[in-house]
Amino acid sequence: MLASLGLILLCQLIGEAVVRGIGLPLPGPVLGLLLLLILLLARDRFAVLAHGPLRNDGVETASKGLLAHLSLLFVPAGVGVVQKLDLLASHGIAIVLMLALSVVVTLLATVLTFRLVSRLLKQQDAR
Amino acid sequence: MNDNPFSLWVYLSQSPLLWLTVTLLVYATTDAVSLATRRHPLANPVLHAMWIIGAFLLATGTSYTSYFAGAQFVHFLLGPATVALAVPLYENRRRVASSIVPMLVALLAGSITAVVSVVLLAELAGLPRDVVLSLAPKSVTAGVAMGIAESLHADPSLAAVAVILTGIMGAIIVTPLMNRTGVTDYRARGFAAGLAAHGIGTARAFQVDEIAGVFSGIAMSLNALVTSFLVPLAVTLLVR
Repeated sequence: MLASLGLILLCQLIGEAVVRGIGLPLPGPVLGLLLLLILLLARDRFAVLAHGPLRNDGVETASKGLLAHLSLLFVPAGVGVVQKLDLLASHGIAIVLMLALSVVVTLLATVLTFRLVSRLLKQQDAR
Repeated sequence: MNDNPFSLWVYLSQSPLLWLTVTLLVYATTDAVSLATRRHPLANPVLHAMWIIGAFLLATGTSYTSYFAGAQFVHFLLGPATVALAVPLYENRRRVASSIVPMLVALLAGSITAVVSVVLLAELAGLPRDVVLSLAPKSVTAGVAMGIAESLHADPSLAAVAVILTGIMGAIIVTPLMNRTGVTDYRARGFAAGLAAHGIGTARAFQVDEIAGVFSGIAMSLNALVTSFLVPLAVTLLVR
C-alpha cells in the first residue's frame, strides 16, 4: 500500500519536474498519468518490472482507493466560493446561467460528435 | 475542562485538524445521503458539502485561508488522483484503443465548443473582461484552469469557482440530458461528461457505469491538454 502510494506520487513528481524543466504546456499530473500507464504496459512485457507495487495489483488497488472518493477532493476548492460572494452578488446569476448553458452545449456537441463518428466508422467497416 | 470555552474555539479554529475533520465528516454525510437517494443527480455530494461548509465558515467568521490550512490535505490529493486514472485506463485499454478515432474527433469538437461557447455567452451577458477571461477555462480540472487564468492575468480563484460550478452543474445534468438524446453508448456519454465537467463529471460517470468512468477520465486528461493551448488562442480571437 505504502509503496503503491509512493509510486503514484513519484510519477506525479517526475511529471511536474519534466513539465517545469522543459516548459511543457500541460499539467504535471497528466504527464504522471502517462508515465504510470507506460509502466503498467511495460510490466506486462518485461517480467523484471513486476516487483513491489507493480505486483499483485498493488498500485491498482491504491489507485482505485483514491478514485473511489474523487468528488471529495473538489470540496476544498469549491468552498472557495465564500471568497467570491460579492462578485456573485453582482454578477452571480449571469455567471451561473452562462456556465450552465455552456456545459449543456458542450455535453451535446461532444456526445453527438462521438456517436456520429463511431457510426460512420461502423458503416465503413460493414461495407 | 478549559475555563474559557472561547479560547478553546480560537485554538481549534486555527488548527488544520478541525477543518480537515469538518471536510471529511460533512462529505461523508452528503455522500451517504447521495447513496441513500440511489445517486440522484440533485443529491450531488460536492454541491451540498460546499454550501454546508461555506455557511459554517460564514457563521463562525472563519476565513477561507484558515479553512484551507486544514482542507489542503484533501485538495493535494487531486494530483495523485489524476495519476491514478492510469489504472482504469490500463485495465480497459483494448476498448479505448478500438474507439480512438471517435474520441479524438469528439475531443476537438468538445474542447472548442467548451471554450468558445462560454466566452461568447459571457461577452453577450456583458460580464466584465476579467470575469470572461476567468470563465474561459471552466471545463478543465481546477489546478489546470487556475494555471491558465494566471497566464492570462485573470483571477485564478474565480477560475477555480467557475470550474467547480461547471463540474457540479455538468454532473447534475448529464444523466437526464443524455437519456433525452437517446444515446445509450456509455463510451460517448462518459467521454462527454469528463470533457465538459472534468473530475466532478468523472466521479459522476463512475457512479453510473465503469466504462463511462474510464472514458470520462480520458476526456478529462485530454481536455486539460487541448484547453491549455486553446484558451489563449480563443481569447485573442474573441475577447474585445
